[in-house]
Amino acid sequence: MPTEQLPERPDGVRRLENVVIRFAGDSGDGMQLTGDRFGAQAAAVGNDVATLPNYPAEIRAPSGTVAGVSSYQLHIADHDITTPGDQPDVLIAMNPAALRANVTELRPGGVIILDTDAFTVMGLEKAGYDVDPLTDGSLDAYQTFAVNLTEFASAAVADHNLKRKDAARTKNMYALGLVSWMFSQSIDDTIEYLRKRFAAKPDVMNANIAALRAGWYYGETTEAFANVYEVKPAPLPAGTYRHMKGNKGIAYGLVAAAHQAGMPLFLGAYPITPASEVLHELSVLASNDVRSFQAEDEIAAIGAAIGGSYAGMLGVTVTSGPGMALKSEAIGLAVIMELPLVIVNVQRGGPSTGLPTKTEQSDLLQALYGRHGEAPLPVIATRSPADGFDSAMEAARIALAYRTPVILLSDSYIANGSEPWRVPELDELPDIGIELATEPNAVDEAGNPVFLPYARDPATLARPLAIPGTPGLTHRIGGLEKADLTGAVSYDPDNHDLMIRTRQSKIDGVDVPLLEVDDPSGPPGSGADVLVIGWGSTWGPIGAACRQVRAQGLKVAQAHLRHLAPLPANLASLLSEYHTVLVPEMNLGQLAGHLRRETLIDTVGYNQTRGMPFRVSELASVITRVIQGIADDDTPEKAVGAKVVGDVTARLAAAKSGGTA
Amino acid sequence: MSPTGETDGPARAEEPAGAAATSRRAPTVADFTTGNAVGWCPGCGDHAILSTLRGLLPALGVPPENTVVVSGIGCSSRMPYYLDTYGIHSIHGRAPSFATGISINRPDLSVWVITGDGDALSIGGNHLIHALRRNVNLKILLFNNHIYGLTKGQFSPASKVGTVSPSSPHGSLDNPFNPIALALGAGATFVARTLDGDRRHLTATLTAAAAHKGAALVEIRQGCPTFSPIPRQARDAGANPAAADPASPELGPIRLSPGLPIVFGPNDQWGIIRDPSTGELAVGNGGDARVVVHDPGTQNSTYAYALSRLGETALAEAPIGVYRSVSQPSFDQLFQERLATARPGGRGELRSLLTGADSWVVAG
Repeated sequence: MPTEQLPERPDGVRRLENVVIRFAGDSGDGMQLTGDRFGAQAAAVGNDVATLPNYPAEIRAPSGTVAGVSSYQLHIADHDITTPGDQPDVLIAMNPAALRANVTELRPGGVIILDTDAFTVMGLEKAGYDVDPLTDGSLDAYQTFAVNLTEFASAAVADHNLKRKDAARTKNMYALGLVSWMFSQSIDDTIEYLRKRFAAKPDVMNANIAALRAGWYYGETTEAFANVYEVKPAPLPAGTYRHMKGNKGIAYGLVAAAHQAGMPLFLGAYPITPASEVLHELSVLASNDVRSFQAEDEIAAIGAAIGGSYAGMLGVTVTSGPGMALKSEAIGLAVIMELPLVIVNVQRGGPSTGLPTKTEQSDLLQALYGRHGEAPLPVIATRSPADGFDSAMEAARIALAYRTPVILLSDSYIANGSEPWRVPELDELPDIGIELATEPNAVDEAGNPVFLPYARDPATLARPLAIPGTPGLTHRIGGLEKADLTGAVSYDPDNHDLMIRTRQSKIDGVDVPLLEVDDPSGPPGSGADVLVIGWGSTWGPIGAACRQVRAQGLKVAQAHLRHLAPLPANLASLLSEYHTVLVPEMNLGQLAGHLRRETLIDTVGYNQTRGMPFRVSELASVITRVIQGIADDDTPEKAVGAKVVGDVTARLAAAKSGGTA
Repeated sequence: MSPTGETDGPARAEEPAGAAATSRRAPTVADFTTGNAVGWCPGCGDHAILSTLRGLLPALGVPPENTVVVSGIGCSSRMPYYLDTYGIHSIHGRAPSFATGISINRPDLSVWVITGDGDALSIGGNHLIHALRRNVNLKILLFNNHIYGLTKGQFSPASKVGTVSPSSPHGSLDNPFNPIALALGAGATFVARTLDGDRRHLTATLTAAAAHKGAALVEIRQGCPTFSPIPRQARDAGANPAAADPASPELGPIRLSPGLPIVFGPNDQWGIIRDPSTGELAVGNGGDARVVVHDPGTQNSTYAYALSRLGETALAEAPIGVYRSVSQPSFDQLFQERLATARPGGRGELRSLLTGADSWVVAG
């Protein structure tokens, strides 16, 4: 539990400001569901919640092994939080492998609840333990509660006609009940959830509810647990909230966008981790006029989406990095045909199959430049699970207004993570509808009305869209270069040059909000010396790290880019106001290179590609060292530590001496 | 398209007044004709197919604005530029995917796919089989000239083994696809084969395809006058009815007519007979009682498959005509029905979707 504990209340319940809990078990133990339910319960009592699921790429890695461990970490707090926490305070380990894989990350003095029944000779052997950690003293630094979870859960469900193996599987609900009791959470919502989920299987439903209740009562009646904890509600702005996962947020943002555009939503998709869930979410929404189509491959998925767009739908495709590579030729076609299209890339570790279930931000350059020819398009990135909704709407707005494919970048961390999301009122949502062409827009030399599919709106450079079925506006589009205005095939050199420049100008002119800087110490130029700038899912860790650094009395500014192409117009002038611009990224410096190319400003990169989000403490330490390096001319190398921050020291030294690194 | 010259003219003013008026009178050939100069080589069968389509489309009763022609890449795929309908000249091999996105969302449209043997059978093989398997309501015209024309004459997946080409100077090594057999294997509900040079047969076949509800695959056999000409005597069906050998290319492809026995050659002296023990088809005596009566409506496609393979065994090439025409619900229909049942009262309530069942209220 957190270091500063509040005084014990008279009723024996200890109040916590925040706590980080990690459920860990075999990938078949239902840890994702358990964690998800605990998060929903915490959200329902008004805590701020941020979650981090972590699971193996294999559906069922060998059971009982460290490779097969699946975990779900939650950070719940009585204040605004943006990350799932660095170190667990509480670890629930359903078997020896789960203990072994996670215990080193547990805070010293933290709580371990483990299932004694899984600590058999074979279980220990599979996990790679030579000696039983329950007896060798290796857990002495923690408060360990060894409970016969499997046995107790099985006994609790003995009346429900389950096979022995199925009865044992209710141990996750037993553990959830126990931990819910420990943190003063009501299990009523989870009981309701189980009733719905297993409505078709009454025995399973009743057994799970019985196990959940039994776990709760075990906590209540046993005297093994010294403390009960409580995290008070976080003060959130008024409104209706729900627990939102990143993938679901994007799906709902797309649905709302189609609604606000007055068009049906059409999704063409091919299953791929970690994006499939967006396909799943949209597939159940036919009643909201969402049409989803599972194609034969990634190329067909985007092909169908483009076809849908041409036919008057809001066309969408969702994928992850390898799928993006396959779609690139079709994206180029959508660029030259100038059709609206939203392409969602839920990034994962690459290259190639890489780390399919882990997070990374390494597809930025692919999104910006990964097509043949001059094929510009807008790129935006979502920053958190609750931001998925807004960023998806923004992607659709740009796609429709400018008749262009838009790439929306998310990542595995956002996709699977969750946090409270304020449900918007419908009248808060922007109207993003566009007018389709219904009549000829020009006359030919003979005075006959004609339709020019590549005549443009002078403000946006968007071309008119006429969908099939519209009389008098028949026209053909395709991948060959278009003549200006008519859209006819043209091999004219000057026309090609004009069209390339026109398409670039259209994207350059997309209306993008100015970048804002968060710096309590003052506006750019008179506040902090160091600006930390990021994009995508690093928003949470960077923001939390900046708050930690400020709490130490240091000044630091934070800015976060939603729009990566085109970049905000004030970007270069803002960056130039700071002595040092620090760019933490889960790649080897893709945004840093992009910024250098677009602004000629050299930045300091802090990069890692471990498949996991940045730790707040790690970033706070880096930021602190960068600030101190500036303050103390002699010590940046020692202070920063080349091992941790790479070539930061050399760059800082060069910056201090007026040169460039 | 000529392999070297690119002469698509400006798509200006393609009879706009006429097009605007089409909803009020029966469409004409002119309504389906663009002002673009046609760029195919002289003597190419694509000209004949274009001319047939311009004559056929007005007769179908679908106005130009409700017709969409989608193509991939290759000589044949220039077709959309010459038909005054809506259209997409897409990317290599992927036309069925774009067409699927259009067709399943818009049941009011008549969607045609124009493709070639390289486009459909090589780079786009996956999309072709899946469009057929799903029974998407597409009319897929596969112009099969057995060669890559636009890229100047390389062997294609329809080329016979031993085809000498710039990329196979010593003869190609790989077995060709039989497009009819492939389509049948993919579960296509309408499969036909016709000739670019036989306008009546072409028109009848395309008319039957247009009337089919679901995916229709029509292989249009042609030569490439520049890179892979067909010998004159084999160009037409029944080219030389006096040919002395049933496997002679001079005979030309034999015709299939529903309800009629499959007999051919001088005085119908040969016929296609079925071995009752194996189901195999072979050439026999035209008077044999076992001569097969052609029935494209058979659900089981084994017969149609055996028929399609005759060009590799007993005949110089596969017969022409409709191999299979069976009724199954189209993917489009099922897709629309599912949408309709999901929203009996129209669109779901967005606000209730967003709020969900597990939300909570924070008071101000």
